[in-house]
Amino acid sequence: MRVLAAMSGGVDSAVAAARAVEAGHDVVGVHLALSRMPGTLRTGSRGCCTIEDSNDAYRACDVLGIPFYVWDFSERFKADVVDDFVEEYAAGRTPNPCLRCNEKIKFEALLDKAIALGFDAVVTGHYARVVTTDTGEVELHRAAEEAKDQSYVLGVLREDQLRHCWFPLADTPSKAEVRAEAERRGLGVAAKPDSYDICFIPDGDTRGFLSERIEMQPGRIVDQDGTDLGEHPGAQAFTVGQRRGLAIGHPAPDGRPRFVLQVRPKENRVVVGPAELLQVDRLRGIRVSFAGARPAAAATGEWIPAEVQVRAHGEPVPASVRWVSDEDGEDVLEARLQTTLRGVAPGQSMVVYTGTRVIGQARIATAHSSGWDPDALEPTRVTA
Amino acid sequence: MSQPTVYLDHAATTPLSTAAKDAITAQLDLQGNPSSLHAAGRAVHRVVESSRERLAAALGVHPSEVIFTSGGTEADNLALKGSYWQAVAADPARRRIVYTGVEHHAVLDTIEWLEKHEGAEPVLVPVDADGRVDLAAWEAALAAEPGRTAVATLMWVNNEVGTVQPVLQAAEIAAAHGVPLHTDAVQAVGRVPVQLLAPGIASAAVTAHKVGGPVGIGALILSRSHAPEPLLHGGGQERHLRSGTLNAIGAAGFAAAAEAALAALDEGALRMEALRQRLVDGVLAGIPDAVLNGPTDPALRTPGIAHFTFPGCEGDAVLFMLDSAGIATSTGSACSAGVTSPSHVLLAMGRDEDAARCVQRFSLGSGTTEADIEAVLAALPAAVAAARSAGLNGAARTGEARTGAGRPADTLEVHA
Repeated sequence: MRVLAAMSGGVDSAVAAARAVEAGHDVVGVHLALSRMPGTLRTGSRGCCTIEDSNDAYRACDVLGIPFYVWDFSERFKADVVDDFVEEYAAGRTPNPCLRCNEKIKFEALLDKAIALGFDAVVTGHYARVVTTDTGEVELHRAAEEAKDQSYVLGVLREDQLRHCWFPLADTPSKAEVRAEAERRGLGVAAKPDSYDICFIPDGDTRGFLSERIEMQPGRIVDQDGTDLGEHPGAQAFTVGQRRGLAIGHPAPDGRPRFVLQVRPKENRVVVGPAELLQVDRLRGIRVSFAGARPAAAATGEWIPAEVQVRAHGEPVPASVRWVSDEDGEDVLEARLQTTLRGVAPGQSMVVYTGTRVIGQARIATAHSSGWDPDALEPTRVTA
Repeated sequence: MSQPTVYLDHAATTPLSTAAKDAITAQLDLQGNPSSLHAAGRAVHRVVESSRERLAAALGVHPSEVIFTSGGTEADNLALKGSYWQAVAADPARRRIVYTGVEHHAVLDTIEWLEKHEGAEPVLVPVDADGRVDLAAWEAALAAEPGRTAVATLMWVNNEVGTVQPVLQAAEIAAAHGVPLHTDAVQAVGRVPVQLLAPGIASAAVTAHKVGGPVGIGALILSRSHAPEPLLHGGGQERHLRSGTLNAIGAAGFAAAAEAALAALDEGALRMEALRQRLVDGVLAGIPDAVLNGPTDPALRTPGIAHFTFPGCEGDAVLFMLDSAGIATSTGSACSAGVTSPSHVLLAMGRDEDAARCVQRFSLGSGTTEADIEAVLAALPAAVAAARSAGLNGAARTGEARTGAGRPADTLEVHA
């Protein structure tokens, strides 16, 4: 099989590529250039990205004895991931750019190009399992090591994408083992630290990044009853569940901390309230996708038992879920949570599992709190 | 990884010639610093200076006009920064640098640096659709403020599309306005006839590894009447213009390579022209919408380069497909992270960004054979077809719910 190993320059993708080589496949390493510095006067967009990561990936390929290329997807990345990230925040939602990158870049732009150029599959260092059943259906499952499991950020992949994915680290019992294997194979990235930040915001200052790209106006911070509490510099930089950075001059009457309950960009209002109002028990998601075959329940609209996970490293909670159609005939995913979840923001993905298997996902449109109804929020009331 | 079987990237670097290999190996046991005052030093000095004389003779210049450097990039930097600093020291108003947009990055990025850090005023002169400088605009740029112009620079042969510039006329114009001209002749020596220190030319950058010599040595051919400020200070070697212990082994290889390449210039050019014609005819026949870039007139281009735009085919995808078939080509310039970018040369020639990223350069060398050309012609249609089906990296997608169109229906099971 001819496979393309997507090489980030990190240890996981290097070991994944090594395993593909060892399995006897024809492997080519490709590093994706995703972000670039602004172009200069005469050099156009020749500004470079991630030179160190690219070099690390190149060296790993040298060691493995496979060809190496850099493919430039920076324009696609900007349009599909970075601009989307900014637009989602501008609309008061909280996106997950890594999930979006998997959906639009690694397993769409890259995979499409790889298939067109004669490859059979894309190999990455993700921790998740793709299983083909006896009847030929493809399924996505959690990795063997739950602590490293990345099935959440892959939950957006569709069947046609999963059929061309290969995650050789699926059954690796621990990250330590991957590092040891890298060391044994002479890969220089064996001890390279994991990356956690959003790759296009290397300094971690998301609010600063957004404020340069979204025109923000000062607005009001109100409590769950509409009572005015103070001014904010721009609603779009806030995220549901956020506590710090609110700069409300005086404490709540009961002295308890307050959290962002909702961002309302149209009114430029940020709603804050006590922690218990962050607890949600019902979710509604749009832009539904299925990680494999469409489940039978999606045709009937019946409630089925499942688990729902709303962030990459969050615990799944038991729930009843169902798929129904909206007025435009689009799939909508609804979930009734048996255990409430805290701080769920519109824009996040809700991924549905049954056991280890990923059924599919949807982008959260609304999250319902039994203690507070956002639709009933009063106009801002200034108290004396 | 194995070396490619068909190497058509001689404009990037060309293999060591037999003459150079022999000259280098003959000096490998040499001991001594050519600046030392003892017998060992004199022995190495003899190698350096005889190499300088042979190189100068091959290039038609005086030995004292050869300033050895580490390569073409250093020579361009020395000429441009050195001339600029020298001009500004003499007259703080002399800050203009006249240049074209098709120059090598060793020139462009140096000018940009001088602008950003040293107050230089770049004056861009346009080129035509074939990449040839507009001499009327060149004249106008120089005539506008000759007293405020530090240096003008024009490459002899373009490294991407192979266009030969009218350097002699450009130099005469510059001289008439009292402005020194630097030419990057890296791609010209050994490929087209050159007259490196023709009237009006103050300096010319050359390098060994484009003519069959080793990487790591080049020279600034510098008129004796021109004295740029040095980049490197130290032991005062090379007329105090380029300090650093002289690379005797490299100099021996450079001289031998240049002699051999220049002796074979006419015959080699004829051979390469014939091979290039076969390549061009075959490509245009096999890829009907391919666009040949650069001048068609053989007098206006180097014989060794054929440069195409394959519309709708990302350059790196074609390169990948050919590389997989054992054929080495180039898309032009890649940055240090390995990202292929739209060709600044084609952009300067007035092409749009898509045309500038869908490019492929085939550059021939003395070892290129008919079989090499036939191998390219056999592999290219499939490579271009695959690259075309892959589309452009930056192409916009429409809609959210794209469902794997274009992927094979009978997909492979890769995990079971």
